[in-house]
Amino acid sequence: MNGVNVKDVSVAFGALKVIDGLSLDIAEGEFIVLLGPSGCGKSTLLNAIAGLLDVEEGKILIGGRNVTWEEPKDRSIAMVFQSYALYPRMSVRQNMSFGLKMAKTPRADIETRVTRAAEMLQITHLLDRRPDQLSGGQRQRVAIGRALVRDAAVFLFDEPLSNLDAQLRNELRLEIKRLHMELGSTTMIYVTHDQIEAMTLADRIAVMKDREIQQLGAPDELYHRPANLFVAGFVGSPKMNFLEGRIAAGASGLMFENDTVSLSLPDDVCAAPPAPGQAVTLGVRPEHIALDGGTWDGFRVDIVEPLGADALVWARRDRTSIQLRVTTDEPVKVGTPVALAPDPRRANLFDTETGRRL
Amino acid sequence: MSLPPPDPEGRRPKTVTAGRVGVYAFLVISAAFFLIPLWVMLMTSLKPMEEIRLGNIFSLPKLWTIDPWISAWSGACTGLECHGISVGFMNSVQILIPSVILSIAIGAVTGYALSFWRVKGANVMFGCLLLGAFIPYQVFIYPLVRLFAATGLYNSLLCVVVVHVIFGLPLMTLLFRNFYQGIPIDLFKAARVDGGSFWSIFLNVILPMSAPIIIVATILQVTGIWNDFLFGVAFAGRENLPMTVQLNNIVNSMQGERRYNVDMAATLLTALVPLAVYFLSGRWFVRGIAAGAVKG
Ligand SMILES: Nc1ncnc2c1ncn2[C@@H]1O[C@H](COP(=O)(O)OP(=O)(O)OP(=O)(O)O)[C@@H](O)[C@H]1O
Ligand SMILES: [Mg+2]
Repeated sequence: MNGVNVKDVSVAFGALKVIDGLSLDIAEGEFIVLLGPSGCGKSTLLNAIAGLLDVEEGKILIGGRNVTWEEPKDRSIAMVFQSYALYPRMSVRQNMSFGLKMAKTPRADIETRVTRAAEMLQITHLLDRRPDQLSGGQRQRVAIGRALVRDAAVFLFDEPLSNLDAQLRNELRLEIKRLHMELGSTTMIYVTHDQIEAMTLADRIAVMKDREIQQLGAPDELYHRPANLFVAGFVGSPKMNFLEGRIAAGASGLMFENDTVSLSLPDDVCAAPPAPGQAVTLGVRPEHIALDGGTWDGFRVDIVEPLGADALVWARRDRTSIQLRVTTDEPVKVGTPVALAPDPRRANLFDTETGRRL
Repeated sequence: MSLPPPDPEGRRPKTVTAGRVGVYAFLVISAAFFLIPLWVMLMTSLKPMEEIRLGNIFSLPKLWTIDPWISAWSGACTGLECHGISVGFMNSVQILIPSVILSIAIGAVTGYALSFWRVKGANVMFGCLLLGAFIPYQVFIYPLVRLFAATGLYNSLLCVVVVHVIFGLPLMTLLFRNFYQGIPIDLFKAARVDGGSFWSIFLNVILPMSAPIIIVATILQVTGIWNDFLFGVAFAGRENLPMTVQLNNIVNSMQGERRYNVDMAATLLTALVPLAVYFLSGRWFVRGIAAGAVKG
């Protein structure tokens, strides 16, 4: 039992409530990613789970045990920080064994565990170096190794890859994923800003904003069925296109319209059919709109950003600008008139007023 | 027709600007201001009295002698006793060593506690310490004398050491706190997750990183405590008077003729410890002051 349960937890700094009545249930062995804009309280939540911050209200259970008032060391957690946080005056070996030494683990046992972790992370040749003699990627490997030797039930990562360059990030991301699969029953909670990290690593993603979890679900679900406008806009890059309009009255079936475009939608796009005339926002992802051959005519190609495998195209009509992801071998020319073809089955409808998915 | 300026290439030619001349002039003058008295003292201490009476205070001695130094160290009289300043030297060392070690050790621990642990009322405590650093010492002397007299500690080595530690604490705490504020908090958090306790984190993680600030603190405390006069007079008792007080007694001793060369030698002997500290650690000292100034 390595699950984590956060129950109605509030955390405050003085008068400022940073987390307010938040609940989150994480199953054993699950990989949860916390995603959200800067300052929304991701690190705060992680620190509260780690016991580095006291909670005002609520409780935290790890492996079914109430640890709300326990010291960090007694929570069976390990933590990896963005800044690596390696002890600068200790060698890599001493860094990795510090926690075990504090726990009075027998020396032979420490030795085996450090060796094993170092082998898993391929840092055996670095064991006798000091942190300032390592590159950024190596430092973060050591930091992960330091977490690994503790045999913790729960791993907490606070933006572990943010200080690394793109290539190293990919490499270590894969490493973390592999680690999670090898460890099997170890639960991981991972904070990041990076969409790709979130999508590739997570079993479930929790999108946070305004002291709350906006949506909790599998990456696929978040991507295809975002619960509100914020999640829809935050998850996915390039961003989902939003068009404000209303439900057309008098049409047969469900129909979105505004002054520029209209789109007839299958009924199963929304859970509950909205009333005709209701103000709604249509959301369509760039990859779900074809460049030509559709009904949204009068657009012209405005900007083209080739990305190699595909290209991002901005099409424009008056004040409406729509972004598409286009995979074609032929280069798209700026100024070409196009008739966009959105895929109605992949469209999302939101209540403009509340921002909620319909 | 004038030549066009040459195409810039290679090292830029050095130019002398008015500002630079001004800076150097200022530096030379201020150096002279502090060095001339030192020169006069040194020369005087190496001359016999006959030569001093002639009055050429800047000139080199015609007849070099180190007798004044020997006399100052072991023969000069304070009142009725004539053991020179060596007694004071030993007393000062005995006061200095425990005072420096204790004040730095306690300052480091309080600075660490204030920076990393959410001590209840830490800010209030820190405010009090700051205030303590700026209140003139003289205010505390009489109450402290009464207090120590009541406890029977008064006029002892322990008494003066305790006073030095207490009055060194605000500055030491400030110094260490400022230094520790510069250490990333994540490091402390990592150590907490690793199961470090208050003391084990301090000893294993924080203290090994503190070498620069310990050096600065040592310099400040050694010079400060060595140069102290007031606490020595007020708290140490006749047996333990530090070197500064002894020096004063020699210089102001009213018996016989005034022996300027002995006075100068005694003064230089007293100043030797701080001087050595400054010369051996000038760079560190400046660094410490700068660190305190920027972060404080
Ligand atoms: N020690 C503190 N004292 C007061 N306020 C704090 C403190 N730490 C964080 N906050 C506030 O709490 C809020 C949440 O901070 P937190 O660090 O959890 O954000 P985050 O989601 O991790 O952001 P980022 O993605 O930038 O790391 C912020 O508004 C921040 O200003
Ligand atoms: Mg953060």
